[in-house]
Amino acid sequence: MPRVTYIDTDGKETMLDIAVGTSVMQAAVYNGVDGIVAECGGSCMCATCHVYVQEDQLARTPPMQPDEDAMLEGTASPRKPNSRLSCQLVVSPDMDGLVVHLPETQT
Amino acid sequence: MPQQQVVIIGAGHGGFQLAASLRQHGFDGRIALLTDEPVLPYQRPPLSKDYLDGKIGFDLLLMRPEAFYRDHGIDLMQGARAEEIDRAGKTVHLASGVRLSYDHLVLATGARNRVPPLPGIELDGVCYLRTLGETHELRDRLAAAKHCVVIGAGFIGLEFAAVARTHGKPVHILELTDRVMGRVVCVETSQFFAEAHRRAGVEFSFGAQAVRIAGQNGRIDHLELADGRNIPADLVLVSIGVVPNGELAAAAGLAVQNGIVVDDELKTADPAISAIGDCASFPSVHAGGNMTRLEAVQNAADHARTVADRITGKPHPYTALPWFWSEQGPLRLQIAGLTTGHNRTVVRGDLDAGEFSVFCYRGETLLGIESVNRPADHAHARRILAAGRQVTPAQAADESFDLRAAASARPA
Repeated sequence: MPRVTYIDTDGKETMLDIAVGTSVMQAAVYNGVDGIVAECGGSCMCATCHVYVQEDQLARTPPMQPDEDAMLEGTASPRKPNSRLSCQLVVSPDMDGLVVHLPETQT
Repeated sequence: MPQQQVVIIGAGHGGFQLAASLRQHGFDGRIALLTDEPVLPYQRPPLSKDYLDGKIGFDLLLMRPEAFYRDHGIDLMQGARAEEIDRAGKTVHLASGVRLSYDHLVLATGARNRVPPLPGIELDGVCYLRTLGETHELRDRLAAAKHCVVIGAGFIGLEFAAVARTHGKPVHILELTDRVMGRVVCVETSQFFAEAHRRAGVEFSFGAQAVRIAGQNGRIDHLELADGRNIPADLVLVSIGVVPNGELAAAAGLAVQNGIVVDDELKTADPAISAIGDCASFPSVHAGGNMTRLEAVQNAADHARTVADRITGKPHPYTALPWFWSEQGPLRLQIAGLTTGHNRTVVRGDLDAGEFSVFCYRGETLLGIESVNRPADHAHARRILAAGRQVTPAQAADESFDLRAAASARPA
């Protein structure tokens, strides 16, 4: 299973092996990674599963759809070029080794 | 100092979030989280959407897996029913005989389905859609249904209709008023949704009052309307709103008026008892300070965070901006702010193309924004309203006016 590493603002790392087809958000919630809120449950409605993808890995993530691009305008922490909503990052074999940084706050 | 104990009655979005936030803020006392359902706390919004449709399983509904509660020292008590609050003794009595003492008691008791006093309401085939158990029953019956009738054209009724239509089931919606979602959206949005559902094959009867559910051999056969019509039905979804669960509070002598009455920090008149989420009636800064009760995930979760802040020594008034969403087939409705009492609307975007936002004003004051398949507008709307900024009606109507800039402008 592809492995994804979550790094919080204190530098704490959580590594999860995630089944292909599961989102980076779902895996975080299911494994109790603090720092992903996902208030809407993954419907791309709330922008509380914001992550910063390690820059050199952006090309390995699924392309951003218009809804995600739009909702990223409403994140609580600043949007950056590597900002993504983790509910839209459905894990594929290409994403093994992905590193995402958690923002200061989601709400 | 002895260990503090927080007792939370109700493990919906509010109750769950409170327990989680307390631990996130380093609260090291005891937390008892009570649910009267026999399952782990779960998310409700997907019940009327992807879960009803069979697109996701129960594991994806869970707020957190079982281990989360153990790892965070949250004493999750499933199937626990609180019967009485002893305020003098700061103790909650459970139906099981267990007594829980508390320093802080938080009522997150939610709401229950409003059940109309209709003859035949007890018949087999009358369904509701609020809990997991109700959703399972509805899903099973939907599979076999030939004539679905929905009483009440709110979010739940319309979300169900959208799912039922994708399964090719005939759906007839009865609504007492003259439009859909009349309590929460403006006329333009309402008309747009009614038309979209009609095009998807949903039949509507407005101003329609059911007077009897007629059955045969204990099963529904048809509905009788006040205008004399008979509507064939083998599945009836009752979705006419909810009643807040305030009985426990009322029996303890706390004020209940369309919800458990709390102040701007969500405390009842007894400072050791708070109420959050659907069951709480609170003064909202987004409603001119009027007492407000909301049925929304955002409200429940942000209430919970506010109470967690107070219990951990950082009290502040509740001021979060309300927002809501609904998914009905291909349509995504997102609402920012409270539009109750608006008397003027401005449409931005293309109503005919199904991508638009309606800015709702009272006079010149922007109250809220309803967006249909315009998520960027919604994201901007939340920032604009949360910051107390204004967009004039003329600006709203002007597509060249930059909402994004208005949302990110520094306060004057």
